[in-house]
Amino acid sequence: MKTILTGLATLGFGVMLTVGGALAQEQHSEAEPTHFPIEKPHQESWSFAGPFGTYDKGQLQRGLKVYKEVCSSCHSMKLVAFRSLEELGYTEDQVKALAAEYDIQDGPNADGEMFTRKGIPTDYFPSPFPNDAAAAASNGGAAPPDFSLIAKARAVERGFPTFIFDIFTQYAEAGPDYIHALLTGYDHTPPEGMEIPEGTHYNPYFIAGKSLAMPKPIDDGQVTYDDGSPETLDQYSRDVSAFLMWAAEPHLEARKRTGFRVMVFLVLFAGLVYLVKRRVWANVAH
Amino acid sequence: MSGGHSTYTPSTGIEKWIDARLPLPRLVYDSFIAYPVPRNLNYAYTFGGILAIMLVSQILTGVVLAMHYASATSLAFDSVEKIMRDVNSGWLLRYMHANGASMFFVAVYIHIFRGLYYGSYKAPRELLWILGVIIYLLMMATAFMGYVLPWGQMSFWGATVITGFFTAFPIIGDPIQQLLLGGFAVDNPTLNRFFSLHYLLPFMIAGVVVLHVWALHVTGQTNPTGIEVKSKTDTVPFTPYATVKDGFAMVLFFILFAYFIFYMPNYLGHPDNYIPADSLKTPAHIVPEWYFLPFYAMLRAITFNIGPIDSKLGGVLTMFGSIAILFLVPWLDTSKVRSAVYRPWYKLFFWLFVADAILLGWLGSRPAEGVYVVMAQMATLYYFVFFLVIMPVLGLIETPKRLPNSITEAVLAKSKGGAVPAGATAAPETKG
Ligand code: HEC
Ligand code: HEM
Repeated sequence: MKTILTGLATLGFGVMLTVGGALAQEQHSEAEPTHFPIEKPHQESWSFAGPFGTYDKGQLQRGLKVYKEVCSSCHSMKLVAFRSLEELGYTEDQVKALAAEYDIQDGPNADGEMFTRKGIPTDYFPSPFPNDAAAAASNGGAAPPDFSLIAKARAVERGFPTFIFDIFTQYAEAGPDYIHALLTGYDHTPPEGMEIPEGTHYNPYFIAGKSLAMPKPIDDGQVTYDDGSPETLDQYSRDVSAFLMWAAEPHLEARKRTGFRVMVFLVLFAGLVYLVKRRVWANVAH
Repeated sequence: MSGGHSTYTPSTGIEKWIDARLPLPRLVYDSFIAYPVPRNLNYAYTFGGILAIMLVSQILTGVVLAMHYASATSLAFDSVEKIMRDVNSGWLLRYMHANGASMFFVAVYIHIFRGLYYGSYKAPRELLWILGVIIYLLMMATAFMGYVLPWGQMSFWGATVITGFFTAFPIIGDPIQQLLLGGFAVDNPTLNRFFSLHYLLPFMIAGVVVLHVWALHVTGQTNPTGIEVKSKTDTVPFTPYATVKDGFAMVLFFILFAYFIFYMPNYLGHPDNYIPADSLKTPAHIVPEWYFLPFYAMLRAITFNIGPIDSKLGGVLTMFGSIAILFLVPWLDTSKVRSAVYRPWYKLFFWLFVADAILLGWLGSRPAEGVYVVMAQMATLYYFVFFLVIMPVLGLIETPKRLPNSITEAVLAKSKGGAVPAGATAAPETKG
């Protein structure tokens, strides 16, 4: 049976590799690509990767600053409440002050009027546009997507056999890798003969086409950091990607911490049950 | 086997009192303590217990999720996110439930392949097998409807595509689809009825599981030799032997389950389902959950018309046929020998079938273009040839290996006969 199995496995691998090769060759015309993204994102190193990953609070604070000063003029983040920013290392008062920077629509009051008030920690980040149609109208027909889950809502396909190795390397950072690649991927010149539709911008890392409606949103020196971190496009992109991962998965640290305890328990328990099993079956040939 | 006499003897007064009125303790004792199981069961036989515990896990996490979930199109997505962000341990519940569905299917596929390998469907276990196929069908319906509940892009478009299959049938197709949807397109009525059914079906599964286990306890389990139990030395009592072995396998399975929950919770899902459903934006590739991919591949493999049957109906019939055929397996296999262990050719074709199913799964995740289509057609062909040609024909022409006379003989031959003291075979009863 072992020989049959190995035979089959080799056969299966052989077939898949040939087909994979055939397909790779199919992607030919540089000017008219049919599969996106044109370039796969690079795998960056993230503090929150791996079984013991944790968020780097300084980085999240910088990412929040980038979001507030740059991205938030176009992108909403409706599911994130100010109160949760305490997880980034801010004190209650700092969060209160931060929320108060925003004007929030509320009401109706007793007179039936809508009114505007200062934000409080239980409010959510307000959206830059009143609705999706308005957002699309102001951005050349493409509404900037909401940011609450963007880091989990984008993942470039890894392909065979990488997707199998990913299980063992615990690769779960496709989202931030993608955002980082997209933000730093603007300054390429499109290949000769490629037509870029009016009002869109070439970016070989964009997952859904050769160009997107978002112009290069951020560049070197645009946001001031007060912790001495480099004020470069690459650093901004890293920080905002990490921040967006936190926004999408705020309980990541608790998840991995709990996971470790559960795994240790299960492995020890499995060992004990195995010993019992051996003992019980010791005198029975089976 | 359990049709035989009960060995339960109530010892205390209370037990006697209950036993005379509602012999539930007797039922439990006879089914899970004294119940004799073949002594040579391997770990492939532990997946029944694993499936049971996964069903319980899905129901427990599901009931709590339902306390926080809102089945209205305008609320569903955000209510799931509220569970993920604000409900205490909500992320754990939701990841357990979503990954639990995947693990449930991992277990059921191993369980089904185990059945195919050891010939578990053969007389007298035909009804046991059919009940299993019904459970599998109900699981598919439950998982499909569950996947619609978070109301992401794949929820919406998956529901649109899958309910669209029914329109392939002439005359009855459209009414069936409208009944499923509660309208002409996937919308609020669809979400509401899917939630209702998603809550209901797991309990129907639990009901069929009871019948499945009942049928099992009438015929007894098969075993790797495929030879029926002949004497007392062939079996050991369920407790402690099977309980501890099943228990060990369950803990190992939980390690796998926990690995996904805590380290790769979104690996088995689709990123598009984190985008709220939008009826105006079709995703680039609509792909079902991984456990449906082989069937999806077969559906799309039919790209040609066959006489009056157009390719769409052909695809749908092929897909439904691929599951319906499982009901006929007990009568398609003509072999007198039950277990693949003694059938060298069947063993080969069986493993090819496993590889074929995995290949189909991978093809289901590829776009239906180019070489993929041809590969899917070949793989679909083998799927059906395995059941419709190989199973019936092989049983007639294959020369099986020599069968041992009994389970005990097989077991003792394996552990080099004399090495086992004669008394050992009797030990189980004195211990039980
Ligand atoms: C001028 C408005 C504007 C600003 C400022 C802006 N974006 Fe965008 N963004 C857009 C638009 C419009 C789209 C939709 C593009 C499309 O679908 O063609 C978009 C899309 C995106 C996407 C999703 C791409 C995809 O895969 O669909 C990401 C990620 C993104 N922006 C990140 C950012 C980040 C990070 C910032 C801040 C550094 C930022 N954006 C600032 C307008 C903006
Ligand atoms: C056979 C057992 C079950 C299976 C296979 C199953 C499967 C699923 C699946 C695949 C999802 C989508 C998960 C996601 O991607 O988010 C889901 C969601 C859901 N299920 Fe179940 N389920 C089962 C039992 C139950 C039961 C018994 C209940 C309730 C009593 C329930 C309640 C829910 C709810 C409320 C959701 C939406 C929340 C969410 O998406 O996480 N499920 N189910």
